[in-house]
Amino acid sequence: MMAGRYTAIGITVAVLAALPLAVTSNEVMMFLILSLMFALLGQAWNILGGYAGQFSFGHAAFFGSGAYATATLQIHLGLNPWVAMVAAMAVGGLVGGLIGALSFRFRLRGSYFALITLAFAEVLRVVAHTSDFTGGGAGILIPLDERAANFQFESRDVFYYVILAMVAGSLVLTRALEDSRLGAWMLAIRENEDSARALGVDTFRVKLTAIILSGAMAASAGVFYTQIFLYLDPGIAYGVGFSVEALLVPIIGGMGTVFGPLVGSFVLHGVDEVTKELTGDAPGLNLALYGALLIVMLRFLPDGLMGLMGRLRRAAGRRQPQQAGRLKEAGDA
Amino acid sequence: MLEFTILVPAVINGLLTGSIYALIALGLTLIYGVLHIINFAHGALLMLSLFGVYFLHSLAGIDPYVALLILVPAMFALGYGLQRTVIAHASHGKDENVLLVTLGIALIIENLALFFWRSDTRTIDVPYAFDVIDVGFAFLSVPRVAAFGAAFVVAGLLWVLMTRSDLGRAIRAVAKERHGARVVGIDVDHIFAMSYGIGTACVAAAACLLLPTFYVTPQVGNAFVLIAFTVVVLGGMGSFTGALVGGLLIGVVESLGGLFLGETLGQIGIFLVFIAVLLFRPTGLFGDRA
Amino acid sequence: MLEVRNISKSFGGLRAVDNASLDVSAGAIVSLIGPNGAGKTTLFTIIAGFQKPDEGRVRFEGRDITGLPAHTICRLGLVRTFQVVQPFGRLTVRENIAVGAHLRHADRADALENAEAVARRVGMGAMLDQPATSLTVAGRKRLELARALATEPSLLLLDEVMAGLNPTEIDEIVPVIRSIRDDGVTILLIEHVMRAVMSLSEHAYVLNNGAIIASGPPRAVAADPQVVEAYLGHGAAKRIAASETAHA
Repeated sequence: MMAGRYTAIGITVAVLAALPLAVTSNEVMMFLILSLMFALLGQAWNILGGYAGQFSFGHAAFFGSGAYATATLQIHLGLNPWVAMVAAMAVGGLVGGLIGALSFRFRLRGSYFALITLAFAEVLRVVAHTSDFTGGGAGILIPLDERAANFQFESRDVFYYVILAMVAGSLVLTRALEDSRLGAWMLAIRENEDSARALGVDTFRVKLTAIILSGAMAASAGVFYTQIFLYLDPGIAYGVGFSVEALLVPIIGGMGTVFGPLVGSFVLHGVDEVTKELTGDAPGLNLALYGALLIVMLRFLPDGLMGLMGRLRRAAGRRQPQQAGRLKEAGDA
Repeated sequence: MLEFTILVPAVINGLLTGSIYALIALGLTLIYGVLHIINFAHGALLMLSLFGVYFLHSLAGIDPYVALLILVPAMFALGYGLQRTVIAHASHGKDENVLLVTLGIALIIENLALFFWRSDTRTIDVPYAFDVIDVGFAFLSVPRVAAFGAAFVVAGLLWVLMTRSDLGRAIRAVAKERHGARVVGIDVDHIFAMSYGIGTACVAAAACLLLPTFYVTPQVGNAFVLIAFTVVVLGGMGSFTGALVGGLLIGVVESLGGLFLGETLGQIGIFLVFIAVLLFRPTGLFGDRA
Repeated sequence: MLEVRNISKSFGGLRAVDNASLDVSAGAIVSLIGPNGAGKTTLFTIIAGFQKPDEGRVRFEGRDITGLPAHTICRLGLVRTFQVVQPFGRLTVRENIAVGAHLRHADRADALENAEAVARRVGMGAMLDQPATSLTVAGRKRLELARALATEPSLLLLDEVMAGLNPTEIDEIVPVIRSIRDDGVTILLIEHVMRAVMSLSEHAYVLNNGAIIASGPPRAVAADPQVVEAYLGHGAAKRIAASETAHA
């Protein structure tokens, strides 16, 4: 029964793996690669926000820390980038653990938690801006050296398969989380923290685990970003942009569902590409559109596209009662 | 030991800047106190007001202080409308959603500004911009002293409004007990929108006082929004006195931080204050709610 | 099994619980009654570790649990329910109960299976796949009970599980509570429905203005003049006694 829960992931990954066979344009490849990268970042947010109910406004803190960790470890310590990736994910988890330990120990919830994550991302941005170790405001450049052993590839296709493998891993991890005690406890905390405590859930530890997982996963997206663009600066790596994308992607796709971030990311960047075509890549317009999408989604589809699909499916099938658990249903898609 | 002649002007300048922070924070704290939401769009609305002042001056030749009479009501109306038409409907009554909706509004305003007006830094040229008065131990910028005084006048007006008028009483009733207020016949949705409108009007006032000595870019709001959050958190969410004192305090902290640590690291000082207050005293200096 | 000794707790100037002590022996059903605002729920909250008392100790199965975090106390086998039900709204009944079951069962399938068994025990077998938000008040009260039961406690603190239920629903839940005790779970309950208190419990404590003013068998306690006054106001006992004499 449990194995069947992975069929949809298998099919999705297989379809995505076949895509490069049909795509020849470098631009389209890049679109696919970035959509997957943001799906990974969105999944990281989703674990903490969608499942455990802690809305972070500063996921750039983890993304940027992962990116900077992998860059500095390569530049200053000469570490192999694959090894640096593992270390960078540990750094992301550590940053998550530190922010989480402080915030959750002091019982920060809701808006307060959102604010403090935002503040930490800003602190890290300023630190990266002033520190010589991170290259300061000028940023950090990784020398081009396209070898597989070096996590740099000549072919976009290989980058695509690397990020696809990472996304596949995140999907499997999230699904496994849904079928685990930790996942059940995270949902319980999201729905009602006091009740969870009364039923023996160590809410501090569960939330801490969630933010560490989320931080490490977001950091892995940052690592990938670094390896494909080979350049970082504080305004990019710790910028509000990544924090916004991280939350927007699962909100559009459906929070607390395995496929929400993936769907959300493709839809969001698809819309983004179309707007760029229509308006000619005007600065700011895409983010303005993101803002509008965010409001429209919250207004009309608070459970995201996966929630909508779940409802449509039920309406078509009329097998289950209308009010059946929407998030759960969507998660089973 | 730093020279007295450097320290004192730094503190005074901090207080002058702090008064503007206080004004911005007053709006934020009012919105929080009544609607229990953290208004992420506050910085974007400030930026929009600054552009308003800029265009009124550069296109119509209207002095920033005269612009108060136009912008304050205009921004009030915008705020009222935003709450009534967008925020109330999109949030479905959930706090996190309100936060996200105001974030969405901020993104729209900021990036449309970037699209229409590009990221150029703009300033206005008023004859009194560089006037100073000599108070013996320091030279003080006249427009900044005027802003300092005006900030307190606005705060005073707000205080009178809140304590002496029917509207103020209704606002305070809704802030304390929204369900109870509804029961006794107060139009809660109207009061919510009025509060958001007044909060936005505070930002418009701050913009008019700020621009003679400051600049505007589409991103300028970001610099203020976290500072305003810090002030509000430091002063106590929903506390007027807290916003005033917190604003002045943060102004001084920033000024001294810049003096001792340099401009960029000085910013960290503010964030660290922010984080420390959130962690150790989330009710702030003047907050009464646990 | 449970020894509460001289617990006091103040909020600002208000003394919510004032030097309260009580005992619950293993296998018993004990009631805690008293007028609204007497401090019953506060006392529960302190026993279950949601708040720390200003003074006093709580011992559970011989162990001092005062000030331990709620989840640790739950792990030791003492679980509470909430007066205002707090379901996990977007989860199904089965998933709700499974959260409790997970305390003793790490495996997901195991916990779900256990949740089903518990649901049947409290008469919710037919509602397993309904989301908690779709339940009636009576359903939610049962869910609250089922979730707590799924943690496999040795002592269950029930905070007004019958409030808001109609007489038929009360008649349905009374035997459920009794059967839980018969399965070996000790129960301490806060209740306003005197009929249920009388039929369920062997012993009752009366809390008024934060202090225990009487204790003993429920019927004796209910007749205690001090208790009658606490409920009906000063002088009530005398008036009742007088009117009874007059009618005699």
